[in-house]
Amino acid sequence: MITLTHYLVVATIMFAVGLVGVMRRKNLLMLFFATEILLNAVNVALAAISNAYQDLTGQMFAFFIIAIAASEVAVGLGLLIVWYKRKNRLDLDELTTMNG
Amino acid sequence: MEIFLYIALFAPLVSSLSAALFGAKPKILAVGIWASALLFTSFVSAVILLINVIQTGNVVHVEMMQWISAGDLYIPFGFVVDQVSATMMLVVTLVSTIVHVYSIGYMENDKGFNRFFSYLSAFVFSMMVLVMSDNFAGLFIGWEGVGLCSWLLIGFWYHKESATWAANEAFIMNRIADLGMLLGIFLIYWNVGSIQYDVVFAAASGLEADILMWIGILLFIGAMGKSAQFPLHPWLADAMEGPTPVSALIHAATMVTAGVYLVIRANPIYAEIPDVGYFIASLGAFVAIFAASMALVNRDMKRIIAYSTLSQLGYMFVAAGLGAYWVALFHLMTHAFFKALLFLGAGNVMHAMHDELDPYKMGRLYPVMKGTAILMIVASVALAGIYPLAGFFSKDKILEVAFSGEHYILWGTLWVTAGLTAFYSFRLIMLAFFGEKENYKDHGIHPHEAHKYMLYAMSPLAVLAVIAGFFEHTFVHYVNKLLPSFEFHTHHVEMILIIVTSLMAAGGIAVAVLLYRKGRISEKWEQTFVYKMLINQYWIPHFYDVAFIKPYRELSTIFWKKIDLKIVDATVDGIARTFYATGEKTRNMQSGNLSVNLRWMVAGVMVLLIAVFIPTVWNWAIDVYMTYLSKVK
Repeated sequence: MITLTHYLVVATIMFAVGLVGVMRRKNLLMLFFATEILLNAVNVALAAISNAYQDLTGQMFAFFIIAIAASEVAVGLGLLIVWYKRKNRLDLDELTTMNG
Repeated sequence: MEIFLYIALFAPLVSSLSAALFGAKPKILAVGIWASALLFTSFVSAVILLINVIQTGNVVHVEMMQWISAGDLYIPFGFVVDQVSATMMLVVTLVSTIVHVYSIGYMENDKGFNRFFSYLSAFVFSMMVLVMSDNFAGLFIGWEGVGLCSWLLIGFWYHKESATWAANEAFIMNRIADLGMLLGIFLIYWNVGSIQYDVVFAAASGLEADILMWIGILLFIGAMGKSAQFPLHPWLADAMEGPTPVSALIHAATMVTAGVYLVIRANPIYAEIPDVGYFIASLGAFVAIFAASMALVNRDMKRIIAYSTLSQLGYMFVAAGLGAYWVALFHLMTHAFFKALLFLGAGNVMHAMHDELDPYKMGRLYPVMKGTAILMIVASVALAGIYPLAGFFSKDKILEVAFSGEHYILWGTLWVTAGLTAFYSFRLIMLAFFGEKENYKDHGIHPHEAHKYMLYAMSPLAVLAVIAGFFEHTFVHYVNKLLPSFEFHTHHVEMILIIVTSLMAAGGIAVAVLLYRKGRISEKWEQTFVYKMLINQYWIPHFYDVAFIKPYRELSTIFWKKIDLKIVDATVDGIARTFYATGEKTRNMQSGNLSVNLRWMVAGVMVLLIAVFIPTVWNWAIDVYMTYLSKVK
């Protein structure tokens, strides 16, 4: 029997994976993947809890997150392509124009 | 009638605001004329209101709008025109209209011409609020308003060090007294639950004697400041630094009488506490002779008149303190007329003498300035209390009041003061206008008479100073509808008293005329101790300087050097330095590298998570410990 706890454990593991990816990756594209993992970890948790409580709000939220993630990726990828065309690389360490 | 009330009240405000528009501009004659016209409108409205009150006896009472309404506290902007306030309004608007017209001439060469009219009208507005308000809060607003305008006008020539000093002195001394008054008002509200006059006065007789006594004393402390009674008196003489029309309007006719007005207005309170009343009367008598003695030797024309004002205020307080409120109000009114006249006359002389105020440097000005001289002599005769001028009727009544209550010491003091008053008034007249030598020629001054219209503007005051006394019976009859009547027990000796007092006044005049007929008297007298004591104002300003001002300055220096610089400033600077240092240290964090930023973000999330979990862990630990404890037991 798969209980809510199982789902939450999976979500936590996914979140941890995403977090490590966000911290460690130097390639912008990989960073995007890591963020997607983070978002979907939350989605899994939301859907599971929503199912457990028999309340649709959580699943609705998950849908919204998917939609927003999609649009975000669309914008992000666009910028990423422009960046790649200029530099031929996607190394984060070279992206320090906001140095304070 | 309400419309006249509003016109009388707000015309000065309109005048002040419109003059203020041109405050920084060079002189515009129209500003002065416009202000005078508005003040005249206010005066006409006041006359209409007065006639209405006399004829119908109806009190006009309006509530313009709510001011404070919170819980049980309800204070409206309410105004009342009854017998007392109508009289005050008449005095205030009349004198101020004349002073406005006079100032057009007096200030004609002053850079601050427009500003002067703005302040002067603002003063009149504050004074109207003071006398017309139907509650203590409104009175207090007016009270502070006139204080502010007095400060502005004493320090009108702010480039003069002495003027700004005098302005601050007046303001600070009045603040001390105002604290007393404010406490009195609080005490009234605390015990009565309202500060509307009618409510308070209706409840006055039901209050405990102690509380009533404190209310009386505290309100009188306020009156002492505004009316410059001992020991808060030195500011009035120093206030003469202001332009002379200001001295005439504020420091003779209106503002300084506000204290007397307060005692008259609060008569239901003071009627319950005759002991406080007796104290007021005694202080008044003391101030009367004390100030008159200082006026005897002074060598500054305006200061002599200022001490005279102090002395006359003392007279008013004697009458008010002994319960003869209408007599006090009557003397207030007549005094306003002749004292304003005297001051305006002094202004003419001052102008003629190019701001020289020492009467020893004048002498034989009569041939040059006949008009001014006659007006000033009329005012001085009225001040001295010679029949049939106004001062005779009002001052004589005060002496009668003192005699009637069998307060022979007070009577004696006032009687002597009457002689001194006559003496110093005529000493001034003789020194300035008569004598043998034209001393001003030694100082290269060419005096000239003031403008014709200035003399015409002063003449109504002269007429009133002559005839006002004959309205005594009308005045008593109408004012006693509001004020308690006073029973004189002196009918058997009335004529004797009048003769004795008149002889004293006439004697004072005669001595002055004889002594000073040739100008300055021998200078040996100036070496005596008495002379030095009087010219130094009994060393009271000196004493204040040593006892209060210097220690306060020392204390301030200590606080500045030790506490402000070393503790307060150090703390504030320390906080600022911490922020700077933190900023310098942490700016490395902002390397612009997204990867580093993200790591910081994750670290932040971790901190927040831990912060969320700490209370949970803490509660869990306490639970465990509790179960452990219960198990041990």
